[in-house]
Amino acid sequence: MHIDPLEKKWLYITFGMVGLFLGAIFISALISGIHPPSNVETIDSARLHLSEEFAEDNLGVKIQSDGSIRVTMVAGRYGFFPRHITLPADTTITFRWASIDVLHGVHMPMTNMSTMVVPGYVAEVTTEFPKPGDYPMLCNEYCGTGHDFMWSKVTVVDKQTWERQHPSSKGDES
Amino acid sequence: MIDSQTRNLTLWNLSVAFVAFVVACFLGFYQVVERSGLFEFLKSERLYFTSVSTHGVLMAFVLTTFFIMGFGYYTAVTSLKRPVWKPALAWAGFGLTLLGTVMAAIPLVAGKASVLYTFYPPIQASPWFYIGAALLVVGSWVWCAIMVIMAVQWKKDNPGQPLPLAMYATTANALLWLWTSAGVAMEVVFQLIPWSLGWMDAIDPGLSRTLFAWTLHPIVYFWLLPAYTALYCFVPRAAGGYLFSDEMARFAFLGLLVFSLPIGFHHLYMDPEQGSGWKLLHGVGTFLVTVPTLVTGFTVLASMEIAGRLRGGKGLFGWIGALPWSNPMVLAAILAFLMLILGGFGGIINASYALNAMIHNTAWVPGHFHLIFAGTTIIMYFAITYHLWPRLTGKALYSNNLALVQLWTWFVGMTMLSTPWHVLGLLGQPRRISEVTYNSLLTLAWQPYELFMIMGGAVLLGSAILFAYLLIKSLGSTVAASDLEPAYAEPIHAPRDLPGWVENIKLWNVVIGALMLLSFGYPILQFFFLKTYDSIPWGY
Repeated sequence: MHIDPLEKKWLYITFGMVGLFLGAIFISALISGIHPPSNVETIDSARLHLSEEFAEDNLGVKIQSDGSIRVTMVAGRYGFFPRHITLPADTTITFRWASIDVLHGVHMPMTNMSTMVVPGYVAEVTTEFPKPGDYPMLCNEYCGTGHDFMWSKVTVVDKQTWERQHPSSKGDES
Repeated sequence: MIDSQTRNLTLWNLSVAFVAFVVACFLGFYQVVERSGLFEFLKSERLYFTSVSTHGVLMAFVLTTFFIMGFGYYTAVTSLKRPVWKPALAWAGFGLTLLGTVMAAIPLVAGKASVLYTFYPPIQASPWFYIGAALLVVGSWVWCAIMVIMAVQWKKDNPGQPLPLAMYATTANALLWLWTSAGVAMEVVFQLIPWSLGWMDAIDPGLSRTLFAWTLHPIVYFWLLPAYTALYCFVPRAAGGYLFSDEMARFAFLGLLVFSLPIGFHHLYMDPEQGSGWKLLHGVGTFLVTVPTLVTGFTVLASMEIAGRLRGGKGLFGWIGALPWSNPMVLAAILAFLMLILGGFGGIINASYALNAMIHNTAWVPGHFHLIFAGTTIIMYFAITYHLWPRLTGKALYSNNLALVQLWTWFVGMTMLSTPWHVLGLLGQPRRISEVTYNSLLTLAWQPYELFMIMGGAVLLGSAILFAYLLIKSLGSTVAASDLEPAYAEPIHAPRDLPGWVENIKLWNVVIGALMLLSFGYPILQFFFLKTYDSIPWGY
């Protein structure tokens, strides 16, 4: 076996780089608690209407008792329901998703609100939106020939406006 | 010159590969024009998704599998200096792969299998598509078996001798493909075929996605390994020098074989059916597999520097100018490296556990794999073909200058296509859309990039046509090829005293098996003890 001294040096640099990248990932994951959506929770996609959480009347934006916000939405060809929601900026928001038919993906461009919505599973994402504005919420996974048309709207308003609109902590669909 | 049996096997495999390639290039150009939305009359979602599915299957399964089989037969015969083991079996494998291709292609082209090359259940395609895809894979297993058997027989006849490097790489790739394709094979055989034939009412898309993720990452290394083989075994000699390190090359191939397999969950970071710990584990593996690629970068660049200095290049960068840029193999290697560096940078972002959320399923992703696969890998496939064609046909390449033009235009076209693609992804454009319908101001920013991509697509299509023209024209050439001998690079230090584990196939398989059990065992088993709900089939 013959390993050149230059190769050895390069190997040290390589492992150093990989260590640096992995270090950054472990710090963000284990210390800051940033994880991709991974809750491994199953649901019968054919009976969403009979489920408590994803029944049509229960969808939308809910303010929890601790002031955080939970958004329950259903993905189905070709839209995300409810079609338009309003949310406050700078607030912790938990999205819960289920599909009524095939595979979908949901993304709000320029934000990290992104997850796959796999039939049979509940997807959950927790995030905050720092910038108020109108965002499209679009399907980013091929789900049929109407896939291009699958999008809904999210309006993010600044926190004061939101609090004026929702004086009680038990706000309802906005 | 090699025997006619091997010549024909290689020529036929390469020809099928490149017919698929040229057809897929026309489809690719149509897609980039259609999705820009600039031409109202072209709009058709149905046609677009038929085209995307066909383009993906032709490029990722047909072009690659046939090219790799053809190149593998040439490598085995020339590096081991012995004929193909059981040529009749090799032809049967070729026939089976071709039969599978045709069976899958008919429903694809007819629009009965617009499920993209990643299948996407619970959307269902014609059963013929799944059966054809399965036969294509099974046909390629015949090739894998022949490669492994030839390597083992050679070892038996040459005890104590290390396998020639090119064959070492080819054997690693054959084993890699056997392990890699097992995931998709399980999905197709146990889920998709029985379900599409109506024997099963419903299947679990979570399990399907997990099994496909098994295949989805190492498959790109299956495609890439022939390119690396050429970088190690052909480029140093074509540049006029020597391979810097034969032993490090073996470690790189071994590292790619072992570590590219247990890491597929970086494709599932955004999926709800797998837990975060498993994703993190696969994420660590994904970063480890960059090591053999970084080693390859070092060894090949060092070999080229030696060649440049032997040719009189001086100073820190002078050797680069002294390289024989007019040699297609050398030019392709330089261009491939440029794209590999940029693509590798993007890949590290994709692989990052948290950062992935920003670019997942955006236009960034096809931008990335067009740089690495359609850029780095395919440009080396071109160079390998220019190298092999005269040696297979006995006729000189029609024009070396046109070959150089072809390589440069492919590089320029791919840069023009994939750069705006990356930007579009950062601007939030999803991949896999045929038009932009979102009623949002954001989408106005996308338009100029779409235009640039069309120009890139046009340059690429021209380059692909030029490639086919050159090969066909060379067949009719009246000038005999001057050098028909295989041209493998010599290492500076011949490999010696290699530890036994470097060539111990049994040991590799045990290590891979253990790693696969660790990283996929529980994630697959969980579907059998979780209370899961299966999906009925859906049309599209």
